[in-house]
Formats: sequence, C-alpha cells, structure tokens
Amino acid sequence: MSIHFEQQDIVVPGQLLAEGDFRNGDGAYKEQEKVFASVIGVAKMKGKTVYVVPLKGQYIPKVRDIIIGNVVEVTLNGWLLDFHSPYPAMLPVMHALSRRDAVHAKENLRRYYDIGETVVAEIIAADRTRDPLVTTLGRGLGKVRGGMLLTIIPTRVPRLIGRKGSMINMLKSDLQIDIVVGQNGIVWVKGNPKRMKIATEAIRQIEREAHTSGLTDRVRDFINQKLAELNGE
Amino acid sequence: MVNKMSEKKAEAEQPLIDAKGRRADGRKLDELRPIKLQVGNLSRADGSAYIEHGRNKIVAAVYGPRELHPRHLAQSDRVLLRVIYRMATFSVSDRKRPAPSRREHEISMVLRQALEPMLFLKMYPRAVIDVFIMVLEADGGSRCASVTAASLALADAGIPMRGLVAGVAAGKIDGKVVLDLSDIEDKIGDADVPLAMAPDRGEITLLQMDGKLTPAEFSEALRMGEEGIHQIQEMQRAVLLEKYAQIREKIGEDKDAPKEMEEKPEEEPKVTKKRIKRAKTEKKDAKPKTTKKSKSSKTKDEGSETKE
Repeated sequence: MSIHFEQQDIVVPGQLLAEGDFRNGDGAYKEQEKVFASVIGVAKMKGKTVYVVPLKGQYIPKVRDIIIGNVVEVTLNGWLLDFHSPYPAMLPVMHALSRRDAVHAKENLRRYYDIGETVVAEIIAADRTRDPLVTTLGRGLGKVRGGMLLTIIPTRVPRLIGRKGSMINMLKSDLQIDIVVGQNGIVWVKGNPKRMKIATEAIRQIEREAHTSGLTDRVRDFINQKLAELNGE
Repeated sequence: MVNKMSEKKAEAEQPLIDAKGRRADGRKLDELRPIKLQVGNLSRADGSAYIEHGRNKIVAAVYGPRELHPRHLAQSDRVLLRVIYRMATFSVSDRKRPAPSRREHEISMVLRQALEPMLFLKMYPRAVIDVFIMVLEADGGSRCASVTAASLALADAGIPMRGLVAGVAAGKIDGKVVLDLSDIEDKIGDADVPLAMAPDRGEITLLQMDGKLTPAEFSEALRMGEEGIHQIQEMQRAVLLEKYAQIREKIGEDKDAPKEMEEKPEEEPKVTKKRIKRAKTEKKDAKPKTTKKSKSSKTKDEGSETKE
C-alpha cells in the first residue's frame, strides 16, 4: 500500500496515483491493484477513493443538471437544443408546455421557442445510448431574455459555483446582477452593463485559476477593487 | 527505397558515422535529436500540441468528443476516433501536391491505431473524436513525432486516457543500430523501425520496419527505441504540468492553504432519493389536483428514472 501523490497535485494521464487497497473515482482507473490518473487534473483522495478533478473536458449530460442551450431545430413534437455536448438535447412539447398550452401548440411550436433562442433546461433522462431529454417546466427554467452568454470550460463550473454556491452567491450579491450557470459551461449574466463587465472578468479569472487555492478571496478583492473604481468615477 | 539504397549511398560523400562514432549531425548513436514541446497553442481547438523533433515541425489539434456527422458512421457502443495526418505543401523541398496521398492515408490509419488503445472508447458512444495532424516541416520520423504530439493534444483536451504514448524511430546506418533517424539517415540508411509505446505500461502501439535487420539487431533497435521513448514521455509530462503550474506560480499560492474545489458530490445523491420518493408517493395519492402541471409531468419522468 502506497500513495504516489499529494492532495491537490496536478497529474497527467497514466500517472500512478496509488497502489494497494484503494478504489478509483472519476478521472482515475484501476488495473491490477494500481490506481492511475486518466485525465489531466487535480488529484485527491477521500477515504479509500482516489479521484482526479479534471481541468478540461466536454460536458457529459447528467440527470438533474441545469443546462443552458440554444434551440437549433424545431421538430413536430418538440425542439432540439445544442448545449456544447457530444449529444443534442431533446425538449418534447410534453416537457416544455403546460397541458393547456400544449393543445394549442400543435400549429406552431415556434411561438414558444424559436430557432436561435436560448433556453435554461433541466436534464430528466440521460444514458448516452439515446439523446438526453430535458424539461423547461420548473422554477427558473425556460427562455432567457436579454443579458449575455459566456462560455467556460465545463469541468470548471463547480469552481464557479463554489462550495454550496459560495462563489456564485458572492458574485450575485456583491455585483447585484442575475447569473444562471449551466452545468454545461454556458453562463447567462444580466444586469447593469458596467457590472456585467466586472462579472465577465471575474468569471474568466475563476475559469483560468480554477486549480488554485484561495480563489474566492482573490475574486472578492478583484470585485471590490473594480466596484470602488466604478463608484469613484 | 531499399533498391535505391546502394546508388544513393554512393552519392553520399561522407559516411553516416565518423571515426569517432559520431553521426552526421554530431549525435551519439543512442542520442535523440533536440525536442521541443508545446501544449494548448491553438485556442479554438479543444486540445492541441506542437512538437519540434529535430527539424520536424508538427501541429496536432483535437476536437471532441463531439456530435458525429454523417450520422451513419456512428458506432452505438463506442466513440469513433478519426485521425487525419497531412503534410503542408511547403513541408518538403519539392512542393508536395496538396491532394491527400497514399502515404498520408496510410499514416493516418497507423496513427489512429497507435492512439486508439490508449483511449476509453466506450465512454462516449455515438460521438466522434477528431485528431488533425499537420506537418509544417518534415524531417525523418514524422509519424513518430506525430504520435507524440497527438497524444499530448488528446490529454490537453481532457479526454480520458490510459496513458500517454510517445514515438521515436530506431534504425541501422553504416551497419550500426542507432536511435532517432534523421531524414538523410532514413533515406540512405539500412533500416528504419518506427516505434510508438506507452512505456510505463510496456505496450507497443505502433511498430513498423523498412529494410533488413537481424533478430539481434531488431531487439537492439527495440530496446533503444524504448529508452528514447522513456525520455520523450518525461518531456510530455513536464509540458502538460507546466501549463497549469505557471498559473499557480503567478498567483504565488502557498500549498498549505485550505483548498476548496467542487461543491456538491456529497449532498446531491440524498436529495435525489428524497425527490424520487416524494414523486412516487405523489403519484400514488391519486393525482394531486394538477398542482402545477410542471410537477405532474416531472413526476412521471422521475418515476421512469428510477428504472434506469
């Protein structure tokens, strides 16, 4: 039994992480009692499980995730969303409109979501053998209007949200703007243009420095500094 | 190439190995050419790498896993790996015609087979991973350098891999087994053995031979190649780590500070269970007066979810 890394080390694919009685979590694989990293990322151990938090990678749909996507096709019974994943999402009428609306919708679905429009949705089924199914029925789901969209690397979304939402709540309250983060790495921001610009820079900083520590404090300092500049004008 | 060897050799004025046992470019028999690696140099690709191996200059770009078009190529149980190796028209002294040649097709296939065993193909069924390799300047051993770069680019794209592969050629010149043939050594030498390996796993993913070697010489070439690949692998790891180490350094973080990464994994599953349980009971309780249609339709899905 031996461990070949320290917590928070950056590791590369194929790197030996631990030998002996360990389990492999995400980003790691096990072969003959040895656990190796399979992606580039930050290595961690919790109990007997060794895992790697990836620094890069595509978004793979997971049930109950909130995503932000673009309508790319209107079909007979729903919509297709592109949300920066290897698989397009299906949004059937059944999961998009109330039953009353759905009856009338048959004539023209474009009245509800048209091609090119941006939709916040929740994944309700995803197993990779078929395209994921999403719904827009629920609080905070549905079409977004105004504001702007940012795209970040999906594997760094957890960092943007922070532990129990600490990071994102700080951004929202300090800057007094609306932010919706899709697990697929698309972020919707709406508010005062000048504050939106600060938010954009802060989000970019979080993305760039996702693998470092003390990030929340640095971002807070950055925002306070920018806000002071803004008020000084 | 083998037939022309003797005439070509006559043309070469100097021997490939001099009296002191040095090669034409001053290298020892088991010495690699200088290698420079870069990672993430193409901003629009999901992953990219650049390699200078001797005079080879090669860019590799990785896109994906992404939606596959045309759809009929999709494999329902695994991701499709497409590798395209292409030489720029200005990469060799006589202009290379831009149409894809027989050789480029072959190398594309060989490279695909060299990379495929390192990937967890079943993780992304129906999707595709595209690898584009462009040779900007060609020296000997461009396919080996391409493997090195392509594997780096895949790792940079965050695609799960069993390990990194690296490539180098071994061969025989002037009757001696040597490592990492240059262009001239490849052309007028006696034999060329391109090799790609995941050295820590001891797995060979590419092995070809052009020319003649005795079994003993072949083993020697293989051993030498493995040695070289070990060195290249170290460089690959270093360059991947460097990209992120730089950012950490700039911030001047101290390693002992408490770190917070990721938020939920611990709580999430509990919530799901509760939700599903509630959904089930709701369903049993004779459709709750259509309290918000959103709920009722969701209930159904979550019920079906549990089956999965």
